[in-house]
Amino acid sequence: MTHAQSAPASAMLSVHALTVQYSGAGETSHPALLKVDFEVNRGEIVGILGESGSGKSTLALSILGLLPKSTSIAGTIRFKDKDLLLLNESGWRGIRGARIAMVFQDPGLALSPVMRVGDQIAEVLRAHRPGEGKQRRQQVVESLEDVGLVQVERIYKAYPHQLSGGELHRVAIAQALACRPDIVIADEPTRSVDGTRQAEILDLLRETNRKFGCALIFVTHDPALLAGFADRVILMYAGRIVEEGPVSQVFRRPLHPYTKGLLQLVPTALQSPGRPRGQRLPALPGSLSDSDHLSPGCIFASRCFARTNVCQSEPPGEVVPEQGRRVSCFNYGN
Amino acid sequence: MNYLERRVIHGMLLLVGVSVLCFAFAALAPGNFFDEMKLNPQISPATVAALRSQYGIDQPLPLRYGRWVRSVIRGEWGYSFAYNCPVRSLLMVRARNTLLLTTLATLLTWLIAIPLGVWTANRRGRWDDRMGMAGSALLLAVPELVVAMLLLYWVVRTHGLPVGGMVSVDFDVLGKQAKLIDLALHLVIPTTTLVLASLPLLVRHIRASVVEVLQAPFVQAARAHGIGGARLLFRYALPAAANPLSSLFGLSVGALLSSSLLVEVITAWPGLGPLLLEAAMARDIYVVVGAVMASAFFMIAGSILADILLVVADPRIRLGSL
Amino acid sequence: MEIEETTRGATTPALVRAVGLSKSYVQRAPFSQKRFVIDALVDAELEVAPASLTALVGESGSGKSTLARCLAMLEKPDGGETWFEGAEISRATDRDLVLLRPKIQMVHQDSAGALNPWFTAAQIIAEPLDIQRRESGPMLRSRACELMEEVGLSANWAGRRPLEFSGGQRQRLAIARAIALKPVFLILDESLSGLDLSTQAQVLNLLLDLQKAHSLTYLLISHDLSLIGQVADSVAVMHRGRIVEHGTRQDIFTNPRHAHTRELLNSVRLVESSFRTAQAGGQQ
Repeated sequence: MTHAQSAPASAMLSVHALTVQYSGAGETSHPALLKVDFEVNRGEIVGILGESGSGKSTLALSILGLLPKSTSIAGTIRFKDKDLLLLNESGWRGIRGARIAMVFQDPGLALSPVMRVGDQIAEVLRAHRPGEGKQRRQQVVESLEDVGLVQVERIYKAYPHQLSGGELHRVAIAQALACRPDIVIADEPTRSVDGTRQAEILDLLRETNRKFGCALIFVTHDPALLAGFADRVILMYAGRIVEEGPVSQVFRRPLHPYTKGLLQLVPTALQSPGRPRGQRLPALPGSLSDSDHLSPGCIFASRCFARTNVCQSEPPGEVVPEQGRRVSCFNYGN
Repeated sequence: MNYLERRVIHGMLLLVGVSVLCFAFAALAPGNFFDEMKLNPQISPATVAALRSQYGIDQPLPLRYGRWVRSVIRGEWGYSFAYNCPVRSLLMVRARNTLLLTTLATLLTWLIAIPLGVWTANRRGRWDDRMGMAGSALLLAVPELVVAMLLLYWVVRTHGLPVGGMVSVDFDVLGKQAKLIDLALHLVIPTTTLVLASLPLLVRHIRASVVEVLQAPFVQAARAHGIGGARLLFRYALPAAANPLSSLFGLSVGALLSSSLLVEVITAWPGLGPLLLEAAMARDIYVVVGAVMASAFFMIAGSILADILLVVADPRIRLGSL
Repeated sequence: MEIEETTRGATTPALVRAVGLSKSYVQRAPFSQKRFVIDALVDAELEVAPASLTALVGESGSGKSTLARCLAMLEKPDGGETWFEGAEISRATDRDLVLLRPKIQMVHQDSAGALNPWFTAAQIIAEPLDIQRRESGPMLRSRACELMEEVGLSANWAGRRPLEFSGGQRQRLAIARAIALKPVFLILDESLSGLDLSTQAQVLNLLLDLQKAHSLTYLLISHDLSLIGQVADSVAVMHRGRIVEHGTRQDIFTNPRHAHTRELLNSVRLVESSFRTAQAGGQQ
């Protein structure tokens, strides 16, 4: 289900040269996002793959305008011919939850503990469709059924602490889908979730993408989740995009050394259970440090097994080695 | 026996304990009502002695306590030497006056504090919040006494409002509507004093509670769904911030009889305060005990109310977990 | 490739043995008589061989943490026995516990919650040493710095507070605190959940190094079967308070007997096979 890269004019969401710098006491001096460019087409599933500190959560928050007011943001985020960064607060409210919605990592924390779950979904509907008061209850019931919940009456009246983890996840997704948004951003929805429920959540998201045609931006640190799920993957490191391409191609033939290293970390215990006892696991050496940010060269250079001299003196530009893929690495031209 | 029943019984036992202590302290304090009389040369010592034995002041403490308890059961609540009547009739009138004042003041305080607290929590750090905090700090620092006297001084200067008392001298001959207006005018100064005295602390509590809730992930998530403005504050933040506030409210109710003593005395409001003060100074001990018991009753009831409110308001406590 | 040691448990006596452990929690709503009884542990049986890495897997709510807390003597089970180094410890007196506690330590999942945010890193690590009077004065701090270096944290950061560290670094700090008293048995309760893949690998490698250096025995609790499959010697599967299956890693992964084990393995299998397929270049 790979969509060919469309010309910029037809992409639904188009982020260009996005640079975000947090300000205030205790914040770091380097940008959280640096010149990020990417697009999302209608109905696509795009995976944003990166670890802590890669800026993936900042990216998700910036698409919804949820960064703190003191943050400096440069660049453009075009959504259907509107530059979102030019919106004022009431303009944003028309977008959030209605055209672009978010599913948070921990649904138990993302819902008010003192309001019934059904009412919370109704609130979202009320915020965007104020006139339809009478049908609201029915709409909430439908949205709960859409995510596969069966005991809808009980769940409507329940408070979050009365629901199981699985039910909470589904409710969070129902809330995001309530107004049939064009894009759903899922920020690490399966972090710290056990295997069976993880599979359920992924299935549910895939289902909704198929049924309602909403594009999905899936933010995660685990490459294994994107296989067989996302159409395209964007690799992020230290606030920059280092590689992008269709999932199967990137996983089969990763270009950027970081991507190669990351993919090696994916455990495949079931495939090879005969691992020698006590043998160490493969790991990326070192970690992202402040000196990396200050260096004039490639930010990954200090941890890279394929670095050359030029890598430490200049930052690499973007290269398009084949159609539909791009990578920021001197090993592929420049 | 469930929680509520246990609390009520506990409260009743507490009241008994308070009565014992209060009775003991009042009776053990040096002097008694008739000492004043002894100084008066016109009353013979024999009369004083007769009165003392009539009122049983010389009897041992436990016996007097027993008599008092029986009087409470009979509905008299003891006997006032100064006013020459059962304590109950005195208390009822004065307590009613106090409750009129404090109920109004408490209601007003809460009605003003909630939106003010929520608003300043939302505007945290900005200029209007800073001004508000400075203002409330100033008010907090100024004693109730001084506020009352400043207000009285201003009223005396401007002749706008009556200076003290509950009703005008000609109250009884006024028409119904004029009576209400008269009462309202007299209420202004004491109510304003009470509100100004308790507003700053309450606003700060509400503000602190709401500020904490505004940092919570679910508020961020609600914003992410497009909910904003007043709806976010009053439908999402405030209910979640209600826990400490519902306890505070219960305690506010508890303080209804006891919080206005000073103001009542200064503004000559005929409530429980002046009565208590007068009785304490004159050693009219059954009045003292009666007034203290009434206040204690309210306090205990208020704290039980606080616990009940906590359960009622927070579904996590009310309904338990899975 | 080394041959899997499959019969280790049968030849050497187990370091820790849980026999028929049971624990229930009772909750009551404030104004009603209704009680909710939650059976967290039902007749749980577990054996942990010395110097091994035993994994305890199960879904959330299966009772893994309750079992961990009972083994760590943080809770008293309602029924059953816990054997440690040949002695029964579930009914140990406070005096016995003072001697026992240093030997069994626990590392929790939520490092931000498990470490006192007002203490500095050095204070956090030094605290158990101080309480048990192993060290005092300047020796405390130098020992704390030693431990920091051992877990891969720079001693220069001894004065920093937990929230200034990243998640992986915090777990290292928690591990340093746990090994300060030279324990014999370390319980890792979902300590690797929520960490990035590379951080997870680094922390696991640290744990493996420490195991070799100090002859530690690990009980690793996790819901992540893929992770377990990389490092465990033996695996116990928990479901609704019971241990439903227990065997070597090889056995469990290639020949699962209980339905629940199969269920758990299936979801992992799906994800892993999608990934392998993608890597091989096929389409799903």
